[in-house]
Amino acid sequence: MIVFVILVPFVLGASAFAWPDNRTRPALLVVGAALHAVGIASLWIHPEGPVMHGYLFLDAAGKVVVTTSSILFLASALYAQGYLRHRSDRDNRVFVGGLLIMLAAMTTVGMAQHLGVLWVAIEITTLATAPLIYFNHNARSLEAAWKYLLVSSLGIALALLGTFFLALSGAGPDGPRSLLLEDLIRAGPQLSRPWVRAAFVFLLVGYGTKMGLAPLHSWKHDAYGEAPGLLGALLAGGITNFAFLSVVRVLQVTSAAGEGAFARDALLGLGLLSMALAAVFMAGQRDFKRMLAYSSVEHMGILAVALGLGGAAVTGAFYHVLNNGLSKGVMFLAAGNIHRAYGSKRTDQVRCAARRLPVSGSLFLAGFLAVTGTPPFSPFWSEFMILNGAIGTGRPVVAGLFLLFLAVIFIGMGATVLHVVQGSDDGAPGNPGFKDGWLTAGPPLVLMLAVLALGLWLPSPLMGLFSAAARLVTGT
Amino acid sequence: MGAWTDMAFILVVVLDLFLLASSRLGAAIRAVALQGALLSLLALLLTSSGHSPGHMLVVAGGAFLIKAILIPWLMFRAIREMAIRREMEPLVGYVPSMILGGVGVVLSFAFSRGLPLPTHEMHPFLVPTALATVWTGLLLVVSRRKAVTQVLGFLVLENGVFVFGLLLTDFMPVMVEAGVLLDLLAAVFVMGIVMFQINREFASLDTDALSSLKD
Repeated sequence: MIVFVILVPFVLGASAFAWPDNRTRPALLVVGAALHAVGIASLWIHPEGPVMHGYLFLDAAGKVVVTTSSILFLASALYAQGYLRHRSDRDNRVFVGGLLIMLAAMTTVGMAQHLGVLWVAIEITTLATAPLIYFNHNARSLEAAWKYLLVSSLGIALALLGTFFLALSGAGPDGPRSLLLEDLIRAGPQLSRPWVRAAFVFLLVGYGTKMGLAPLHSWKHDAYGEAPGLLGALLAGGITNFAFLSVVRVLQVTSAAGEGAFARDALLGLGLLSMALAAVFMAGQRDFKRMLAYSSVEHMGILAVALGLGGAAVTGAFYHVLNNGLSKGVMFLAAGNIHRAYGSKRTDQVRCAARRLPVSGSLFLAGFLAVTGTPPFSPFWSEFMILNGAIGTGRPVVAGLFLLFLAVIFIGMGATVLHVVQGSDDGAPGNPGFKDGWLTAGPPLVLMLAVLALGLWLPSPLMGLFSAAARLVTGT
Repeated sequence: MGAWTDMAFILVVVLDLFLLASSRLGAAIRAVALQGALLSLLALLLTSSGHSPGHMLVVAGGAFLIKAILIPWLMFRAIREMAIRREMEPLVGYVPSMILGGVGVVLSFAFSRGLPLPTHEMHPFLVPTALATVWTGLLLVVSRRKAVTQVLGFLVLENGVFVFGLLLTDFMPVMVEAGVLLDLLAAVFVMGIVMFQINREFASLDTDALSSLKD
């Protein structure tokens, strides 16, 4: 089954490139997403041991991230049916094929137990998504795609150097001489500590670029601003979560080698910097898709802070991975609908979206409340757990800054969102004939209901999974 | 043999500095190709220390094909088709970038002296050469404006990573190495496609024209 969920989207992606008919091709997305979801569900019911000489295995941390992205991809695939019908003038060969290959690569990242395999899979996600950002074929999307490719490639090259450092750290006479997580963690203290430390720096910079942590986020606002809404959802709720998982893998090894304190301090610093930067740039943002990009910087910052705090906060981090995936899906899909109905994403032109698009407009507002951590939505609880962790580990300053940034971001983002959703329609550009439909408004609505449901009642197996994932990092 | 290896390492670093000072694209592409050829030579020269010669032959051959022939050929094709101007327009001048490059070389030697290798020493120049080349690559990407030069910088960076990878060839699976080379090719391939599109949209390969997205 592990091989199945990687191979199926890959084969479907390859066949999408050969599929002759532009109108029926998007259906491959739904087929791939549904089979993937079935495969992941069966892995939940019948867990499998490691396959391919231990290179691939779905452990608790991987399960959280892979499941999140499977749900998000299914919602996006359904949304794509409606979206690509509206964009039937465009050839969607590269778009459909790229998305499916991206799903295969993301799943490989989630299951990789070998840092080399992990690196290759991360590289493939970049190569598969860069052409998709250029879907609109104009100068702005070209610029965004170029920046994304260049900045991500640099990050990935540095991550490879970091991976080499880590391999070298275990190359001593009684070292593991392996890049399998299990071997590295078992060898722990025998690894050469200076090289582990250097490796962590390079890997954090490399995978941190993919996550979009400040100050390595320079690709993010352009890519999210110019990409179609559903790609934004998969980047912000999918790929960045997998980059976070890669950092988790590196932290597992670094902690085992006894350099955990240094690594966590670095994560805490970058995380708080990301939140601060998001708070500054969120205010007065005139483009609502770029605003969502800063929201993504913020949430990656929250995840980094949680990892940096350690202890109970890490459980909250894995809960937050799920919430981030689902709520980013709501925001980007709703934003995509609003963008289509106005032909603009500038807040001085888009007003009163709640009247023009009753479902998407309301979802945009509800999604905003969710991502900024308003009860009763689930991100509130995960952020609360992280805050609790900060106080529990005796870090009142971190807790205070965390709350301050969340409050500033709530105000900054709220001003923009309310401006888009409310007000009067006067002066807004005419509607090119886009209405909320089942396929375009349904998927974000279902995701929103899931965010609400998870906030009201978190099933205990899920909580158990989050704690199990956190134990992989904290080791207790 | 020892003298040849020393020479190859020194030449790689000299090429780094040449690239930082070079103003003509054609010469820069040739320098990157030569550097790629030197890397494959190094992979062969360092084989003596006890790992499987067949594996190293594949690595060296692959590196030569991709780094010294295929990619330079693609780059030459790209600049010919786009009839690019010969001069580069750096954000940081040639002399300052040379100085920064020199500082990088010194720091790389200092760094590798401070971090003793846990494994047997393959060659004392290996780690500093790798780090200096990575630094040069980063510098080129950040300080040059033309898309072609940025891609060249990325190639130099990957060359540096490759030199470092030579330390690990005896215990890294072939699969990972093949992946490394393939990914390099794929990255440049996609970058090339993007470059063609950049040309079509702006009629120049100046990434400064790509600045309509600002905060």
